[in-house]
Amino acid sequence: MSSVATSTNLTGSFTREAFAAHLERVKHLPAWWLDRKRAAYERFAAAPMPKRTNEGWRFSNLATLTLDGFNATPAACRFDQMAHRELGVTGAGHLVFANNRLVASQAIDASTAGSGIIFDTLQHALLQHADLVKAHLLTQPSKLGSDKFAALHEAFLEDGAFIYVPKGVTATLPVGVFHYACGAGTAVFPHTLVIAEENAKITVADFFRSDAQTPDAKPQTHFACGGNDLYVGHGAQVTYIAMQDWSRATLSFQFNATVARRDAKVLSLNLHAGARQARHESFSQLAAPGAHSEMLALTVAHGTQEFDQRTLQLHQAPNTTSNLLYKNALLDQAKTIFSGLIVVDPDAQKTDAYQSNRNLMLSDEAEANSLPGLEIQANDVRCTHGATSSRIDREQEFYLESRGIRAAQAQELLVFGFFEEVLGKIENQELHDTLTDIIRKKFKT
Amino acid sequence: MSQLVIHDLHISIGDKTIVKGFTLTIKQGEVHAIMGPNGTGKSTLAKAIAGHPDYTITSGEVLLDGGSVLAMEPDERARAGLFLAFQYPSEIPGVSIANFLRAAVQARMTEGEELDATGYYKRLYAKMDMLKIDRKFTSRSVNEGFSGGEKKRCEILQMAMLEPKIALMDETDSGLDIDALRIVADGVNAQRKSAAAPGIMLITHYQRLLDYIVPDFVHVMHDGRIVKSGDKSLALELEAKGYDWVKQEFAAANA
Repeated sequence: MSSVATSTNLTGSFTREAFAAHLERVKHLPAWWLDRKRAAYERFAAAPMPKRTNEGWRFSNLATLTLDGFNATPAACRFDQMAHRELGVTGAGHLVFANNRLVASQAIDASTAGSGIIFDTLQHALLQHADLVKAHLLTQPSKLGSDKFAALHEAFLEDGAFIYVPKGVTATLPVGVFHYACGAGTAVFPHTLVIAEENAKITVADFFRSDAQTPDAKPQTHFACGGNDLYVGHGAQVTYIAMQDWSRATLSFQFNATVARRDAKVLSLNLHAGARQARHESFSQLAAPGAHSEMLALTVAHGTQEFDQRTLQLHQAPNTTSNLLYKNALLDQAKTIFSGLIVVDPDAQKTDAYQSNRNLMLSDEAEANSLPGLEIQANDVRCTHGATSSRIDREQEFYLESRGIRAAQAQELLVFGFFEEVLGKIENQELHDTLTDIIRKKFKT
Repeated sequence: MSQLVIHDLHISIGDKTIVKGFTLTIKQGEVHAIMGPNGTGKSTLAKAIAGHPDYTITSGEVLLDGGSVLAMEPDERARAGLFLAFQYPSEIPGVSIANFLRAAVQARMTEGEELDATGYYKRLYAKMDMLKIDRKFTSRSVNEGFSGGEKKRCEILQMAMLEPKIALMDETDSGLDIDALRIVADGVNAQRKSAAAPGIMLITHYQRLLDYIVPDFVHVMHDGRIVKSGDKSLALELEAKGYDWVKQEFAAANA
């Protein structure tokens, strides 16, 4: 059941046997869901691996995209239930998953309880709130190139977080969801589903981490294939912050689908710190007038890490706005790819869309690739996009050093200065500090 | 008592030699004004001593308390006790004054030593009050959008917090109106009176600053070296006669 398979076919370690073993573990879930998983597995098994000629994978390193050598159905791991506390964020409630299973949870804070907020596992929600799950879980198409891996995610998704905020309810504190992977070769399929009904308001923090290891140990190899669905109803406000800090030997995929309804406001911020190769696809749909999506990302790429970010801002209705700002700091021989597309549908007049990718090059050997794009079918819109790459300003560096600040610390300060435009948008102090700490640690390794 | 000994210093940028045999000793507590026309190497001297990578010291020596600083990185020189007050301080977006100064103070602590945050802010606020800097400034980005006067006050604030042994003040009066000049001068004079009074090299183009920060010595620089030294009356003489007087005297002596 937990044997590591090697294969050169289209499924790698995620064989039919592995899928059957997985289905066995979730057979208590509703039949419609199992059917969807079976269909997803077929799509995964039939789809080819990405090819060089595929525009959606331009600049990506395909040679290292392997599905082999992973444990598709890892056993439960012993888990230090305090480990997530080091992150300093417990908020109104939290769920802790390790190797796709719930290992710890704290119910919603008393001040939020009784409000009708549901904060539970996806498995419970599938059994108790099937209609909500059916309407919102993985219902958006994969449009950015990873159909195969998105299908794999759906096929092997075992459990995750389900967060539902009813009409008019505000969750005052953030809720935290922790996803851990432990054990060599472990494959994890984290998922967080957020549904904010009319005029609801919530902040959700997703953490992705490999189990803590002794500092000098070789990092464990993991395969992480996760997703999140953010449904932001009429007038609702959702803040979603994700911190990807997998081990440096992890291959990571993350897929985001956001749907913003009339006058909805959604802010998502992804911090990319971990993994050896990480692809993040983010798809925001501005589905009704007045919807606004703020798409933010910070990346600290070092060593030979590769971060591949693909985005789509889809304006489907008039008077919608979106604002994308992705900032990458690159060290050593690291590589980043940003490919962003703004699409404005013919009747989405008065769209105001902005897309910006800024790269701070801290090394001559690092490589930043930017592919900004626009597809505008309406005639009365304002769309701006741009990409820049710059080095650290030598005069700024000298200024800091002339005050006794060591070169490495000066660099760190300048990177934080570069990131502040994004970090400054996090209102919750605890989350702000947690992000800052993860970034700071990257300069100590 | 600390001292900075600059001996027969030659500095070039690329192939061009700018400073050609500069010699001066500055003791802690003394103020040496360096005057001279534009392009004579005053700013080059200050930046090169602080370790700016654009300048090459081709010969000569700079000793702080007997030890050469020339092999040190800029940050090591600063921690050893040198401070450069910039003529044009860099703007650093996104880095708050509070974080920047704390990093500078922490860089001077030994490993494992914890910053006493309460004490730090108490000291910071006292210095800010002295320099009439609004406390809200601590959350502003370093020098970003500051007026000329604000930038220079911020330089003096850093000097006050870091308590250097030797301060190299490069055209601290440039871009200041008379009120700002007074505030900056008061800040410098307060440090001169403190127990940890630094030795100061005060680079200026104009005598005006010396009305407020009265120097112990005045040196006139021309063509990359000191050509005349005296007390504060030399500055007044320069003001009356102009730099051409020194140039002619120098030319005559070298004829």
